[in-house]
Amino acid sequence: MFKGANLFLRSEKFLTFVSIPNRSLWRNARDRFFQNSAATGGLVALFLVVLFALFGPHIAAWNHEDIDWNLLGNVREQGAPSWQNGHYFGVDELGRDLFARTAQGTRISLMVGIVGAFIAVVVGTFYGACAGYVGGRVDGLMMRLVDILMSIPYMFVLILLLVMFGRSMLVLFIGIGLISWLDISRIARGQTLSIKKKEFVEAAAAMGVKPIVIILRHIFPNLMGVVIVYATLLVPSMIIYESFISFLGLGVQEPATSWGVLINDGASQMSYGTLWQLLFPLFFFVVTIFSFVFIGDGLRDALDPKDR
Amino acid sequence: MFQFILRRLLIALPTLFILIAATFLLMHLAPGGPFTTEKPLPDEVMANLEAKYGLDEPLARQFGTYLFDLVTDFDFGPSFVFKDLSVRDIILQGFPVTLTYGFWAFIVAISVGIPLGVAAAVHQNSWLDYLAVGVSIGAQVLPNFVMAPILVMIFTLWLGWLPGGGWQGGQIEYVIMPVIALSTSFMASVARMTRSSMLEILHSNFIRTARAKGLNGTSVIWRHALKPAMLPVISFLGPVFVAMITGSMIIDYYFGTGGIGQFFTNAALSRDYGVMMGVTILVGTLTILFTTVVDILYAWIDPRIRY
Repeated sequence: MFKGANLFLRSEKFLTFVSIPNRSLWRNARDRFFQNSAATGGLVALFLVVLFALFGPHIAAWNHEDIDWNLLGNVREQGAPSWQNGHYFGVDELGRDLFARTAQGTRISLMVGIVGAFIAVVVGTFYGACAGYVGGRVDGLMMRLVDILMSIPYMFVLILLLVMFGRSMLVLFIGIGLISWLDISRIARGQTLSIKKKEFVEAAAAMGVKPIVIILRHIFPNLMGVVIVYATLLVPSMIIYESFISFLGLGVQEPATSWGVLINDGASQMSYGTLWQLLFPLFFFVVTIFSFVFIGDGLRDALDPKDR
Repeated sequence: MFQFILRRLLIALPTLFILIAATFLLMHLAPGGPFTTEKPLPDEVMANLEAKYGLDEPLARQFGTYLFDLVTDFDFGPSFVFKDLSVRDIILQGFPVTLTYGFWAFIVAISVGIPLGVAAAVHQNSWLDYLAVGVSIGAQVLPNFVMAPILVMIFTLWLGWLPGGGWQGGQIEYVIMPVIALSTSFMASVARMTRSSMLEILHSNFIRTARAKGLNGTSVIWRHALKPAMLPVISFLGPVFVAMITGSMIIDYYFGTGGIGQFFTNAALSRDYGVMMGVTILVGTLTILFTTVVDILYAWIDPRIRY
């Protein structure tokens, strides 16, 4: 221990040795994140939604496909949410349990959001990092392609793909992922351009490390912060895309559901007074989108403190 | 400047060509054709039908014919489902509707979003700022397909003020809800972007100089801060335009307004390749055109920008 500090401690009558724990970059970020109450709240809400998606179908007294024949004729009078008959969220116009359907729809919507964002992030980051690292004419060409793809009305193309290859979940996943990597590739490229001028990359290149290894081992870890933030903000927009398509009846097919399907069902039945059909799915949709947005904002503040 | 415009157009045209070619190719690679029915047609009938619509010719030739008719005649080919309507008829019928509410939604998004953002930035941390930020965060979770049912629930079912759907030649009470549903989330995005770029500008040196030489607040904001603050917002107009056209699918579906989105959705459900292709190409052309115009506008406002 050096002299000044020793003196200081003695003068303040701190005779015990105060050890300051090491604080890593990620730990700092975590602390900053949890200081943000909106972000923490979002995380908790999202956790609850995920629990609902995971265990909801098992708690439900009914299966999401089964029709409650007792209620089929008079959904309007007796289909409202009730504890007695096990329809916690009521039933839909065909007498199917809305609790089970909402849980199942939540599952699919979350899955589409997360898988779609994951595909977009992987493709976009890799593409952008390659373009940025290689640079020159290749970069110009690759980014020009991104510009071209950006000016294509993606939703129309996605529906085209869905019509052509059949409306399966796989096409939906891949399609949504593949049209959404453009923004992230631009961001990743911009970051790569500045990272590649750093000394450690230069050192790696001087030692003869192959470009692909440099990208994977040295560039990627440094892109992580930006990419995580963007991925979190991408999930809600993926969910919105999927709901958009399902709302039109072009996405997920019966008996499977998603929030888009449920909101559409609820909206079309609204005039019969069965408002619960609209409000329960809408509630989960809104809460989830809010959560992701708050978490994303919180992560941005936490991981990139200079940009506040 | 002229050179820049020329170069920008030189990018736009090949993009357009690629879009048309890709759409055309995709449609022809699709499994199942327009005549695929649950009960298969006899082979001879199928061959006759394909010959009638020119589907038996080589692909390149089909594409050439399509492109030629498109450019010279604004002819998108026949619909594969409606025997008495061509795709051009369908587009001419639906497009004015989409244009009407799309235009108003665009105007509303900008003329509400920008003042809201400016006001929030100028009065930072006041109740107005919190209100604007609150509204713009709230509107993020209200995309058009959520907004539309909520509006109908309030204004049609509860209050009974507005009709829940239809178009009726664009009478005002039929236009209001589509416009609100379409514009809300973009109004919020515009407001948020305006606010953050305005805040950045208001803290920059040249604004401090303007204030230091004794200009009053209004003049600083309107004459000095607004123009640079608008730059990011202008570059956002391209995506907003795309979103308006895309959103027309929801609006037409939900309100039954009969715009271009309705034809596209129906075509998707009935595998009407002709209409799907026509609408995609039209929308793509408009998008590319609009993006190009925005880019040129951007370069004109900010002379530092040259790509």
